[in-house]
Amino acid sequence: MARTLIKLPATARRGEVIEIRTLISHPMETGYRPGADGQVLPRNIIRRFTCRYNGETVFSAELFPAIAANPNLIFHTLATESGKLTFTWEGDNNFSQTESAEITVTG
Amino acid sequence: MLAKTGPSLKRRRLLAGGAALGATILVRPAAAAPDELAAAVQAWTGGIKPTPGRVKFDIASLVDNGNAVPVTVSVDSAMTAADHVAAIAIFNERNPQRDVARFTLGARAGRARVSTRIRLATSQKLTAVAKMSDGSYWSDTVDVVVTLAACIEGES
Repeated sequence: MARTLIKLPATARRGEVIEIRTLISHPMETGYRPGADGQVLPRNIIRRFTCRYNGETVFSAELFPAIAANPNLIFHTLATESGKLTFTWEGDNNFSQTESAEITVTG
Repeated sequence: MLAKTGPSLKRRRLLAGGAALGATILVRPAAAAPDELAAAVQAWTGGIKPTPGRVKFDIASLVDNGNAVPVTVSVDSAMTAADHVAAIAIFNERNPQRDVARFTLGARAGRARVSTRIRLATSQKLTAVAKMSDGSYWSDTVDVVVTLAACIEGES
């Protein structure tokens, strides 16, 4: 399991735009770099990121080798209702990890 | 006299030819790269040439370290159900691959702004393209100078 860091407000007013910051520890090996033995290291990247708000996809990203190691994504969403946000990272070598965060929406 | 000008002319022509050949070899990669960038953008837009404007591509113009360069793409949009940004894509000119990232947004994004960190192999042009819900495409292109390149060093 890779370490993740997810930052979003715990509470928000209905209709407020909230900022979500995510970070996951991952080498994002490009597949273009030689290793210590001179052989090119095989590609190992996160290819897809999805953020779901109570099951509905609100943001997704397709990532390529040009994304720096430990991919960090900052995006926004409208606070519509209280519930759960899930964050899924998927990539090479069957990498898949899902984390979640709760949000309370008032008003 | 005639015997003397003959070979010298030939030599001159040969030299000129060699210089021209050298020039074409030198110029070709530089000329090919922007075409590839435009081709990558149009492959994503489906052949439509994006209009410059509405998109703001925030990146340092002088990059010290190409391994992790913070970028922010923001698009001027009301972000309503009827008029919002559907997707944002970032392309580069001289990394091994033209694609950097593609983001799918929607009316529920609330604000059309995405930030991440990217790798840059060398000094080059970068283009951010936004796809609107009405099917139009907008773009912003920036030039960056990279002093320490990514992708060169092996495992350390």
